[in-house]
Amino acid sequence: MKRKKSKQPSKLKDLGDNILQQINKGKNPNIVVPIRALSNVVYNEKTKTLELGKKKAERYFFNVAHAKKFLQTVEIASILKKELLDTDKHEHLRGVFYIAKRTIPGTDVNLVDDQVESDKIIEDLEVITGLSREELHVSANKMGSMVGKVTLKDSGDTINCSKLGKGGYSIPSITDELSFKKVNAKYVLYMEKAAIFERLNEDKFWLKNNCILVTSQGQTTRGIRRLLQRLADEEKLPIYVLCDADVYGAYIYSVVKYGSIALAHAAERLTIPSVKYVGITMDDVVKYDLKKQIIKLDDKDLARIKQVSQYDWFKNNKDWQRQFKLMKELNGKVEIQALATKGISFISEKYLVEKIKNKEFLD
Amino acid sequence: MATIADELAKKQREISISEFFLKNRHLLGFDNPTRALMMVVKEAVDNSLDACTEMKVLPEIKVELQQINENRFIVMVEDNGPGIVKQQIPNIFGKLLYGSKFHSMRQSRGQQGIGISAAVLYSQLTTGKSTKIYSKVSPKKPAHYFELQIDTKKNDPNILKDQEFDWDKDHGTKIEIEIEGKYLRGKQSVDEYVKETAIVNPHATFVYINPEKEKLVYERVTEELPIETREIKPHPYGIELGHLIKMLQDTRANILAGFLQSDFSRIGPQTAKEICSKAGLRIEDKPKKLEEKEIEALFKSLQETKIMAPPGDCLSPIKAELLEKGLRKEINADFYVTSTRPPAVYRGMPFQIEIGISFGGDTERESQIRLMRFANRVPLLYQQGACAITEAVTETNWKPYGLQQSGNNLPTGPAIILIHIASVWVPFTNEAKEAIAHYDEIIKEIKLALQECGRKLSIYIHKHIRAAEQREKISLFEKYVPELANALSNLTNNKKELIQDRLQKILKKELPSLAAENGAREGNESVQDINEKKENKKIKNEKKEKQTTLEVKRLRG
Repeated sequence: MKRKKSKQPSKLKDLGDNILQQINKGKNPNIVVPIRALSNVVYNEKTKTLELGKKKAERYFFNVAHAKKFLQTVEIASILKKELLDTDKHEHLRGVFYIAKRTIPGTDVNLVDDQVESDKIIEDLEVITGLSREELHVSANKMGSMVGKVTLKDSGDTINCSKLGKGGYSIPSITDELSFKKVNAKYVLYMEKAAIFERLNEDKFWLKNNCILVTSQGQTTRGIRRLLQRLADEEKLPIYVLCDADVYGAYIYSVVKYGSIALAHAAERLTIPSVKYVGITMDDVVKYDLKKQIIKLDDKDLARIKQVSQYDWFKNNKDWQRQFKLMKELNGKVEIQALATKGISFISEKYLVEKIKNKEFLD
Repeated sequence: MATIADELAKKQREISISEFFLKNRHLLGFDNPTRALMMVVKEAVDNSLDACTEMKVLPEIKVELQQINENRFIVMVEDNGPGIVKQQIPNIFGKLLYGSKFHSMRQSRGQQGIGISAAVLYSQLTTGKSTKIYSKVSPKKPAHYFELQIDTKKNDPNILKDQEFDWDKDHGTKIEIEIEGKYLRGKQSVDEYVKETAIVNPHATFVYINPEKEKLVYERVTEELPIETREIKPHPYGIELGHLIKMLQDTRANILAGFLQSDFSRIGPQTAKEICSKAGLRIEDKPKKLEEKEIEALFKSLQETKIMAPPGDCLSPIKAELLEKGLRKEINADFYVTSTRPPAVYRGMPFQIEIGISFGGDTERESQIRLMRFANRVPLLYQQGACAITEAVTETNWKPYGLQQSGNNLPTGPAIILIHIASVWVPFTNEAKEAIAHYDEIIKEIKLALQECGRKLSIYIHKHIRAAEQREKISLFEKYVPELANALSNLTNNKKELIQDRLQKILKKELPSLAAENGAREGNESVQDINEKKENKKIKNEKKEKQTTLEVKRLRG
């Protein structure tokens, strides 16, 4: 961390210096911002990650439509530099919003009205400077827990994740600064659903199977993605994803594996090409006789299947195209919890054990 | 033995109209001291203006309120009208339901002949004082001074004093009434009444002295007298059966065809023949000899036969041009629009709608618009909610015209909407004459006029606001420059003042193009602008997508 300290503020300063140069030349200053949208996101077949394309937008100060955004960009950059990086402090997205929120003197215009605005500017600054949000010392709400055979060091404290009871280790928003002390696990099982995590933790699945369990309680945050990536890269652990058998599960899996559209610029730090999908699949529905547990698809589901199956990173994946086809054919989706009809611990004692042993994965 | 009916008969007697109103003074608008003060002024001023119109003189009207003690006032109204002949003075001021206007189908301020005598009655009731009247009809004749009260049982004037005196004016009337009242300023005050009257009577000069002895002068802005109104015969569509029976009895015509042609408007020989044949009557039948059933047939036939609308030239609108002058002189605004609709008809009665709208200036910006209602040039200050005019305004959608409006309320914005209805018979909801009855034809005409003015208003507002917004955006740059300079100085450790100076220079250079651009840049940059917008849209869509995913997940998780 200390090593980078001098580099990060200087990149923000570079942005300011560049603008200043333009001003000194008497030019209408502009900032070049790569566009972050589906239209400018490319799936790189080689690296198997989503990457930002080459499209760029220019933001001018003396332009009625751009002026406010331009000012936001520069002011938030100066806030990040002066308030966070120079003092080596961290702040939440929400906190940055409040630091930036003020009324511009002599007007009734607020610099930012909504956190969405400052969040977007911070993402812009990531793309402009090439630094990650974490490197800019901005964190998000932490969501997610980890249990299992891993001991790590967090802010000087040593934490053994096999001795943390029902709750597990609460994964911080920024996981770059953690270090792994001792890892005895054979693999990492990531599930989005906290309910399943609790089931597996109660059954001591991680102890019996020598693994690490991670859940996110919602969207897979950057902190968790970075943590999983580091476990895969640094500890060479296979990462398995456990989701519902539906298009949303497929998308969650693809975000962990290939990256997301909104964070395509951070792909390098977040994507885990080696990750595998353990279940549940539409084939499991047949194999484990879960037909009665099928939930009918509605129009939204169908539309989403159509959309996701056309994404570049799914388009040529035969296994997944087959899953989408089966969803449509059976006109249904199945939740992980459906396995409970076979017995409350069926998932931990039989299903997962079999699937992992037989390497029944989707790529 | 006396029956109960006999007993009752002892108690049954005629109720004099004066007695009736003594007990029901609220029906005439004298229900509280504030309003009573306004009503007395209003009745006197209405009479003065009507009298001046008859004489075709430019009205010079003086209104003075003298406060005697906390709740007692003397109202003095003086005009330069024709005066009133001596014999008639007691009857006009001292008898209710006596007047020249009730029986004529003609546009005038007063209608029933109640107004001024009700004021006299109210004065008598609250102070016990007599009303003083000064009148002069010609320079050659002496002026008369009266003091009178009303004998409420007989509905007759009681003259206490009657003498000649010297008055140094050619002709005119002055009335002095002492009443119990309360003087307040505001929307329903005498002040407002005089001001609004001045707006719709741009040919009149008013001098108003309020109880605080402030003298306000409302000068006339035109020498043009209002168009003289013609008295018209009733239109067949507007009469009722009882009225028809009375007309048949009173007519001077000997045959039915003659009666129809001479006593109604818009009936010629052809139409008369048609009406008679439809009713199964002959044109030479004697009007006075018709039987009940025949009259009913005639009435029905009158309603069913197609008859031309009554003539509109019996009406005397203010006229759009003069209405605008009136508005301009009393209301300081940025924009004025006025309109006069062609005459229309409700229940056989011709009427005409006029509208004026002012926008901006001194008018309050954040509250509801100010609605000014007038009937035959008389301001209507009370019962706004019960009035058809209000309904027409609230039912109009003002948003397209640039005013804000929530639900069916009056719109909001710095506007004053003035609406005038001129008619030979204004359909008031009651004798206080403050609210117009809800006839569809009237509401429709008002709406049409509002739309016409609304369109012009919207052109002004949109142009005006657009220009103002543009100016505002550009002025924002002046505010942004120090902010950017400050942020850059923090970011780069350079002097703020230097950066600010340079930015200001660039701003000066860019200003003309900024002003011309209207938000978008030219050439490549404008393409980028559009792109950025498109991108923003896409990002939004992506977000939505993500959100639905999340929501679904949460629902299931």
